[in-house]
Amino acid sequence: MEKRVSFRGIWLPTALVLPQIIITAVFFFYPAGQAIWQSLYIPDPFGLSMQWVGLGNFEFLFADRFYRGSFITTAIFSILVTVVSMGVALYLAVLADRLIKGSGSYRTLLIWPYAVAPAVAGVLWLFMFNTRVGVITWYLGILGYDWNHVLNEQEAMALVVIASSWGRISYNFLFFIAGLQAIPKSVIEAAAIDGARFWTRFRTIVFPLLSPTTFFLLVVNIIYSFFETFGVIHTITSGGPQQATTILVYKVYSDGFVGQDLGSSAAQSVILLAVVSILTVIQFKFIERRVHY
Amino acid sequence: MNNGSGMVERRGSGLWLTHLGLVVGILFIFFPIWLAFVASTVAHREIVQPPMPLLPCNEFFDNYSLALTSGINAPVARMLFNSGVMAIGIAVGKILISLLSAFAIVYFRFPGRKLFFWLIFLTLMLPVEVRIVPTFEVAANLKMLNSYSGLILPLVASATATFLFRQFFLTVPDELAEAARVDGAKPMRFFVDILLPMSRTNIAALFVILFIYGWNQYLWPLLITTDPDMNTIVMGLKQMFPSGDEIANWPVIMATSILAMVPPVIVVIGMQKLFIRGLIESEK
Repeated sequence: MEKRVSFRGIWLPTALVLPQIIITAVFFFYPAGQAIWQSLYIPDPFGLSMQWVGLGNFEFLFADRFYRGSFITTAIFSILVTVVSMGVALYLAVLADRLIKGSGSYRTLLIWPYAVAPAVAGVLWLFMFNTRVGVITWYLGILGYDWNHVLNEQEAMALVVIASSWGRISYNFLFFIAGLQAIPKSVIEAAAIDGARFWTRFRTIVFPLLSPTTFFLLVVNIIYSFFETFGVIHTITSGGPQQATTILVYKVYSDGFVGQDLGSSAAQSVILLAVVSILTVIQFKFIERRVHY
Repeated sequence: MNNGSGMVERRGSGLWLTHLGLVVGILFIFFPIWLAFVASTVAHREIVQPPMPLLPCNEFFDNYSLALTSGINAPVARMLFNSGVMAIGIAVGKILISLLSAFAIVYFRFPGRKLFFWLIFLTLMLPVEVRIVPTFEVAANLKMLNSYSGLILPLVASATATFLFRQFFLTVPDELAEAARVDGAKPMRFFVDILLPMSRTNIAALFVILFIYGWNQYLWPLLITTDPDMNTIVMGLKQMFPSGDEIANWPVIMATSILAMVPPVIVVIGMQKLFIRGLIESEK
């Protein structure tokens, strides 16, 4: 889309875009270029010189059991977070949409956890499931279940999934309720007159009409669980036990900053870059379609 | 919104079940926050002897004043201030540079316009998480560690905000710019006198979203601030845990968690309409 009317000039518009371009160049493109460059080298042990290794860092990564494991961990983690947070949100949105009165106040009560940072959510859930003082751990103990996410890999995964999904419900709820309210009531009523029960109406009319929202949320939630959940992992498990909750982003951080393995960390950054690019393209292809609906 | 036709609405027991389902969901969402609040009002000795009480006790004042004035590594009041500077800096900075670049891209034909547009678009594919080590090195070389500019500047470029303003400017009637040009108004006059006032609601909505985004940053402050006095509250929380085997000071940590949520929660509830608008608009 273009404007018919435009102002003339070369220096003024260039000066106007310059602040953004400079920041983008210094903090986005230059570091990204550095990551690509570093991924092809390994520094010597004293950090004095760099040795060209071509795709060596990548070969090394994919031969590494822990890195391949991190891919699978990330896949399991993001699928679980997406399904749990979208499932709960859809359930609540469908309920709230059925009300004539009061759906506004429920909305207010349900949306504000959006403001809780993932890292804070991590601390809240860590507190409840803490092995020594956690309330839920204590009650589980009464029931004869010995909860210990510090040692048990499945429990650690379950905890980071719950904490990450919990904070995401508000966001998904908001988009689902907007999507539900955009469905013409007359369509649903026509089906009701024809005798379709609630579940049939939901399955055959509501859910298909909601599919643009659902697909959009799928992509956005996968991106969320790939990147923004770093705070949850870092506060609750620090990637453990035995790297059971080390998602890709966490591994870039722990190899680069804690392990100081720059070549490997840079190669991981480049792989993540490819992943984000694909997700962004999917998101934009879809959004372009959404405009036509 | 529902338009009130009763055909497919629940009555009687169905209505109660709907309310019940929603209340259960709300309890699930509130429970962790309630526990955090309770924990911030009890004494440490009650926490170490589980189960902790489920109703608030009377150490509220002691815990919060201890957290705010001395904290564990740094006073929480200091961390709150740092978070505030970072969140407002990021929100204002992003809005400013995005307004300017969107104005240039929509209202001018100049060489490099397409190129700049795509450069800005590409930043979408470069979240800070994928370039942490080299971005950290840049910030370190620019002497930005432990500084507000280091907390703010690297996060200030945003394709989303630029797109949002571009989208909005495209819907502004051409006649307005035409009239301004015929009157001989300079482009910047048009921008300040006409475009900015028209963008007020969009700016406010975006501010709400970006404030929360900035406040809740975790990874970047974790890398760039090593001095506890420069920690933001969200990343400083994790630093309050002991590294050894002793039990964490949960009452103070939980008081800090509550303090970390209060400002963004106030913003979301207080500006709910703008928040929803900002959220839905910025995702388009």
